[in-house]
Amino acid sequence: MKVENIIKIENLLVQRGDVTVLNISELTVERGKIFALIGPNGAGKSTTILTMAGLLKPWQGQLYFQDMLINSHVDRMMLRRNAAVVFQEPLLLSCSVHENIALGLKFRKGKKDEIKKRVGESLDYFGIAQLEKRSAKSLSGGEARRVSLARAFALKPQLILLDEPFNSLDPPTREAVIDDLQRILKETKITAVMALHDREETLRLAQDVAFMDSGKIVQSGTTAKIFNQPADEFIANFVGTESVLEGTVKNNANGLMEISINSKVIEAVGNSSAGQKVFCCVRPENVTVSKDTQGKISARNVFEAKVQKIVRQGFFYKLVLDCGFSLTAYITQPSCEDLQLEEGASIITSFKATAVHVMRREK
Amino acid sequence: MELILEGIKKAFELIVSLDPEVLGITLLSLQVSGLATFISLVLGVSAGTVVALANFRGRKFVISLINTGMGLPPVVVGLFVTIMIWRNGPFGFLEILYTPLAIIIAQAIIATPIIMGISLAAIQQLPENLRLQILSLGATRLQMVWVLIKEARLPLLAAVMAGFGGVISEVGASIMVGGNIKGYSRVLTTATVMETGKGNFDVAIALGIILLLLAFMVNLVLTQIQQRQRPR
Repeated sequence: MKVENIIKIENLLVQRGDVTVLNISELTVERGKIFALIGPNGAGKSTTILTMAGLLKPWQGQLYFQDMLINSHVDRMMLRRNAAVVFQEPLLLSCSVHENIALGLKFRKGKKDEIKKRVGESLDYFGIAQLEKRSAKSLSGGEARRVSLARAFALKPQLILLDEPFNSLDPPTREAVIDDLQRILKETKITAVMALHDREETLRLAQDVAFMDSGKIVQSGTTAKIFNQPADEFIANFVGTESVLEGTVKNNANGLMEISINSKVIEAVGNSSAGQKVFCCVRPENVTVSKDTQGKISARNVFEAKVQKIVRQGFFYKLVLDCGFSLTAYITQPSCEDLQLEEGASIITSFKATAVHVMRREK
Repeated sequence: MELILEGIKKAFELIVSLDPEVLGITLLSLQVSGLATFISLVLGVSAGTVVALANFRGRKFVISLINTGMGLPPVVVGLFVTIMIWRNGPFGFLEILYTPLAIIIAQAIIATPIIMGISLAAIQQLPENLRLQILSLGATRLQMVWVLIKEARLPLLAAVMAGFGGVISEVGASIMVGGNIKGYSRVLTTATVMETGKGNFDVAIALGIILLLLAFMVNLVLTQIQQRQRPR
């Protein structure tokens, strides 16, 4: 029988000196999933990754790898041979790119031609075959990042752990590296756990998310759940207040797309082709509400909605609306009074096709 | 001024004519200090790496001891070794006082802390996560340590140069434990001291120049190795 949980953590405590840096009561990573740890700096994301990699001995609690309890030095060695970590910095050795990528295979005493083959494959995966002979210290930031990823993937590990893998890359390079990583994870079906702090990276890559703060897991669930139903204000501020809708492109006519979300269809501007699965992000300040459709509404997306919740936030109100999908809107205090809004009321809501930020999703 | 010119002329003569006595002294210096440096390299790099990577009580104290050892006065080492191998000393039965072996031991004691201290710093200056990165790629502890040592090869070769430079130029310990016996335990530095004492400045200058040339050539070779694959 195939083991479904790659990693399971129970009642884990990690201490540094007298300070408890990690306190996780339960965490499960399923096989084949891309799992993101998000949260502010110092939340314990890196420590969690080190613990999962068998590089840090927990003070208390259980760590299971493929349902096997990791208890001894020998167990941790076994775990280290099955998991690969990519750190925030590329941490390449001062030798050639080839030697860097071959490093882990050499530790495993692989055969020479086998090592050569695997290094070649890994270089091809990340499109860096031309760098093979170069000195690793002469690479640019993006190249070094790709080499450090290729070094981990060359091992074909059961689990790959990535600590902020896109840190300190310039935006175009970051985009390209994310695309490569996404494609390779999909092809290899390797389970990945990554510490991220960018909402867009999380949305694009992760299927499951755990939100961490001060060494604890505050909320965990699917990506859409965390982004649309953050458990508290802190998480909400962190993941942003946009509504994130999962949809599929129905058709695209010269850049104007029809995207089906649940049973509804919205229009958005973009260049994804029909059949593409997407996330549609709508900022709450771009959503307008009105009593009826009598006033002229130029927006392309108009829906009837029920007010589910009204939350007062300073000088404006946050409305959680249900229009077949969940939508968040901001309105000012006077307009809220004008519209005589209350929870359960029916209203009309609208947003422009250009207000929808469309992101591809792979799952 | 004339003295120096005379010395240079004499040095040239001695080198060109391959004077057997000078040649013997030079070769012995090279052998003794080379061996002492090699022993220190093995001891210093391994101990330095262990202290750099291990976590134990009193680690800072040990590191300051090592750093103090880098400035160990050769005469003090000479005195200590002499007492140890003196006829009635604890190792007197070995009967090695006034032998080249005694010089090697004394010089190894001088060079070991130098190489240890620089190795320690060299391993410590590697990024902290590098150890974890290497382990996470599946290395055993031994494999990890070996990769770290290779990664620190530049400063480690500097350690070798510092160690060798320290012992080839040292005179205090060599003269005390070696005895400056002609054709047996006389090395360049002890010979220079003796010739100067006798007023043979030209020979002393010649020996000094040969010593400098020797140190220069050894370091030239080591530098070639060190800079061969200079990381950009």
